[in-house]
Amino acid sequence: MKDRLFDSFIYIYLLFISVVTLYPFLNVLAISLNESIDTVRGGIYIWPRSFTLDNYKEIFQYDNLITGFINSASRTIIGTILGVLSSAMVAYTLSRADFQGRKWFSTIIVLTMYFSGGLIPGYMLIRDLGLINSYWVYIIPGIVNAFNIIIVRSFMDGLPYALQESAKIDGANDFTIFWKIIMPLCKPVLATVALFVAVGHWNSWFDTYLYNSMNENLTTLQYELMKILQNTSMGSTDPNSMKGMTADQLKTFVSPESIKMAISIVTIVPILVIYPFVQKYFVQGMTIGAVKS
Amino acid sequence: MRAVTSKEKSITIIQKPPKKSFWKTLVQQKYLYLMSVPFVLLVIVFNYFPLWGWTMAFQNYKPALSLFQQEWVGFEHFIELFSDERFYRALRNTLGMSVLGLTVGFVMPIIFAVLLNEVRISIFKRTVQTITYLPHFVSWVVVAGIVTKMLSTDGGVINEMLVSLGILDKPTQFMAEGTYFWGIVVASDIWKEMGWNAIIFLAAISGIDSQLYEAAKVDGAGRLRQIWHVTLPGIRPTVLVLLILNIGHLTSIGFEKQMLLGNNLVVDYAEVLDLYALNYGIGLGRFSYGTAIGIFNSVISIILLFVANGIFKKYSNSSVM
Repeated sequence: MKDRLFDSFIYIYLLFISVVTLYPFLNVLAISLNESIDTVRGGIYIWPRSFTLDNYKEIFQYDNLITGFINSASRTIIGTILGVLSSAMVAYTLSRADFQGRKWFSTIIVLTMYFSGGLIPGYMLIRDLGLINSYWVYIIPGIVNAFNIIIVRSFMDGLPYALQESAKIDGANDFTIFWKIIMPLCKPVLATVALFVAVGHWNSWFDTYLYNSMNENLTTLQYELMKILQNTSMGSTDPNSMKGMTADQLKTFVSPESIKMAISIVTIVPILVIYPFVQKYFVQGMTIGAVKS
Repeated sequence: MRAVTSKEKSITIIQKPPKKSFWKTLVQQKYLYLMSVPFVLLVIVFNYFPLWGWTMAFQNYKPALSLFQQEWVGFEHFIELFSDERFYRALRNTLGMSVLGLTVGFVMPIIFAVLLNEVRISIFKRTVQTITYLPHFVSWVVVAGIVTKMLSTDGGVINEMLVSLGILDKPTQFMAEGTYFWGIVVASDIWKEMGWNAIIFLAAISGIDSQLYEAAKVDGAGRLRQIWHVTLPGIRPTVLVLLILNIGHLTSIGFEKQMLLGNNLVVDYAEVLDLYALNYGIGLGRFSYGTAIGIFNSVISIILLFVANGIFKKYSNSSVM
């Protein structure tokens, strides 16, 4: 009896959590798909009242958004490939007990998880390296990540060494062993790391803000979204401002609120597309990483 | 007899190869070096070179001058820092939001994981997990937009709900009130990360020996008692290690949330140490002063980590260092 009461409590609690988590996304989606003039009346919850794709058509008129999308997508692809390769290569060398650089390299890399130079010295370094106002500031500083290396390494430590030994006897060199034997076996953990790195690149806006905000050609999607969201003049829509409009103006009027929501959805969709494919991997990846670090 | 000696000989040969020189091994392991050296160099450049920049805090750093031409001023910037009212406000905000985030944001995922673990219907469990992990992957930019929308006075669902329940007479401008800001930051952080942070506890729970539950059942323990006497003690080590790590990161809570959710109206409650350093250091070009703020932040972090670790070492056997 007591247990049944407890059970119903758990289900109600978890349902509540799920609804609270999911509702804002559905609300944003509904607003982005609703005629913006109608949205201003309020009362849009999880279903658009008068369906339209105009808000999406509208945002593709912004040149900066297209540029931002291309930059975000390209840095995500390049950054993820380099990030996964670097994690795998460094992790492999650190997992080789006979590698003589192992101890030093391992210490150098792990120590970076406990300190950082801080915001200003980091900025000065990027400036002195001439990376300000350059696309490469998105790629180069973030290639190596200690946390990802540790995750991959602890996975590799679990692989039987006999596999490598037999390949060595067949005359394979270290790189061939890594590429032909280790990499294919590491697919689950590499998928996890790829997801972490890709999401990091896709979601980052601060490096654009700090280093490349002067150059419109180097803008990123999240940075453009940030600018639009922060812009208070485009803030909440005032119904009164529409009173003076003619019927024609009203027809083409798109409220900033709808635009914001449509852009938000555009930035979420790529994540939603990849998410189901990697979900089974990242739980495993998180667990390994957590146990080790 | 002879056979044995030859065997011994061969063993010694295998176990004691003529000690190779460093360079010889290096050539032999050239592929391993090729795979790691470039990346280790990147780590050194981007993580260790900036440490040299700490010297800036003790100079009147002028970007145009070379290193040897800089004027050294000792602790002048630190003295100025400690006499700035804005610094104490930033420190208060940093500690306020991180202590609040640590206490609430640490307990919620544990409760969530423990209760989720009690669910027997696996499709329900998986659905809840899929939904609650999702916000972790969405950027803070989007989350800030969502939070602002949810709390807005026109059509924001939270205002509508509070008004219709009679808790509020009329919609409140939550984002414009400094006193609500800490709560908003902490709540949105929990909304975004609770499911994700629970993964680690779920993993720890699944590592508990199921025989312990059987034994508890035999002893007549109900579900609540099983949680209290088996599940919670089972995840204790994980909880302690994570707690220590989180205490170490108390002052480095970042500034992303504060920057994106804050506005001019709530700046007194939103400015954290990193934002303060950013505004002074890069915004006003006072690199030395900004660096001094960063150093203060790091020193506090390290002290907190050692203190937390020391306390836990004393009361339990777990330690992270």
